[in-house]
Amino acid sequence: MPEPVISAAGLRMSYGDLEAVRGIDLEVQPGEIFAFLGPNGAGKTTTVEIFEGYRRRTGGEVRVLGVDPQKATRQWRQRVGFVLQECRLTPELTVREAIAQYAGYYSAPRDVGETMSLVGLDEKADARTSTLSGGQQRRLDVALALVGDPELLFLDEPTTGFDPSARRQAWDVIGSMRELGKTVFLTTHYMDEAQVLADRAAIIVAGEIVAEGDPAELGSDGGPEAVISFRLPKGLSLAELPAPFSRAAKQGEALVSHASGDPLADLRVLIDWAQTRHVGLPSLEVRRPSLEDVFLELTQR
Amino acid sequence: MNLVLHQFRFDQKVFWRNPASVFFTVLLPLIFLFIFATIFGNEEIEERGVQTTTYYVPAIISLAVISATTVSLAINLTEDRERGLLKRVRGTPLPPTVFVAGRVGNALVISVLMVILVAILGRVVYDVSLPDQTIPAVLVTLAVGAFAFSCLGFALTAMIPSEDAAPAVTNAIMLPLYFVSGVFIPDSEIPPGVLQVADVFPVRHFFEAFFAAWDPNTTGSGLELGHLAIVAGWGVLGLLLALRFFRWEPRR
Repeated sequence: MPEPVISAAGLRMSYGDLEAVRGIDLEVQPGEIFAFLGPNGAGKTTTVEIFEGYRRRTGGEVRVLGVDPQKATRQWRQRVGFVLQECRLTPELTVREAIAQYAGYYSAPRDVGETMSLVGLDEKADARTSTLSGGQQRRLDVALALVGDPELLFLDEPTTGFDPSARRQAWDVIGSMRELGKTVFLTTHYMDEAQVLADRAAIIVAGEIVAEGDPAELGSDGGPEAVISFRLPKGLSLAELPAPFSRAAKQGEALVSHASGDPLADLRVLIDWAQTRHVGLPSLEVRRPSLEDVFLELTQR
Repeated sequence: MNLVLHQFRFDQKVFWRNPASVFFTVLLPLIFLFIFATIFGNEEIEERGVQTTTYYVPAIISLAVISATTVSLAINLTEDRERGLLKRVRGTPLPPTVFVAGRVGNALVISVLMVILVAILGRVVYDVSLPDQTIPAVLVTLAVGAFAFSCLGFALTAMIPSEDAAPAVTNAIMLPLYFVSGVFIPDSEIPPGVLQVADVFPVRHFFEAFFAAWDPNTTGSGLELGHLAIVAGWGVLGLLLALRFFRWEPRR
């Protein structure tokens, strides 16, 4: 087995009395896209900044590309690229100039034009960065991270605040990292992002990892088997439904949603009830729990 | 060295494309020279035995150099820090010293340009003679001043909490200093007590060093070592403060 690109054991970080990260263990393998999920304030950015070498930890062991990031050297920085959560780029430079400036910092940079194409900004090559949309600025930021041709890429909430089409474009760019053979460590609070992009994901809540694994299977052990949902038939209230649906969560005006541990039995009860009462079950749906369901369940515990 | 030039080239681009930089750093000192020379006319300042215009050329040169170094650096570095740009650059293989060298190099080149522009303007429009005998003194004063006031720019950045506060804090410090140090008003009009206060700070000493080089009554090299020592001392203080307190990460 190759050496992991990132490994952390018992990683801790406190700010005074506040323990932001409370003993994290994780490993990221070469070529993997790893999603680090969690609600705001869970310790995502603190963890990623420790990996990036920005922050000193208060406990535990960390190796990134075989080096303790607290002792980051220029050679190490040649191999690591990153997009920070918040960074406004120099407004006076054009897209091409901004990428060329960063290319100059690395010993073996990628071609500037090729890097621009990679993030889909060819048409904006000579536009000032200040004229770019939020999504385009973020993609330029990714280009700055890629131009040094790093082995490992950190992306801290790369699509926060994006409209849906900008997110899709950003996902295409991040997904293409796989073809380039890069290892990607991605933090996000969007479940769908992890599900679309990641090979593996870990969920951090209040400084601790509460679940880890294949995003498609996350939470399948011990979690709900399926989610049964339908619209509440007209004229009925939630309390009139059979158990366990009478206790189900109601989303919006009329959508009943039940995370079921035994979907076959629950469905039988529901269908028998509907047939006896001669009511329809509009928009009936049985689906595997999404990462979102798992996430909500884990973060609300 | 190549990397310093690389960085400097982009710093120059950014400077000349930023309307605020060009206006406040390049045009405003020239406008000041016009305004003061026009308002105060071509009278003689008896205490110094020179024409008012001869006084204002080195005064505005001091202001221009401080503006290209302390003021520009503090405002732009604070902005870049709060934007997350400094933090981002810090994570690349670019050595911090090269980043600093690019910025200071930029400030130095603009300073040299301003000395030349103000000197030529003084010569052409107001017939203020160029310091042909004292060019070495001008160069030494410029070098010491640009170093010291650049260090103070980095130190000041460390004291400024936010992007919005940067121009306000910088001007709140510099404008009163320009006034009490005789940069805006000839020092013959300033009470001695006020001048004593000004003598604590580097602006007045920097002006005195340039004045000696432009003063037609100067005999000898025009090198004001005493004044320059005080300017350099402030520079060292600025350097120490910057090394201790300068941060690459946003304060917010």
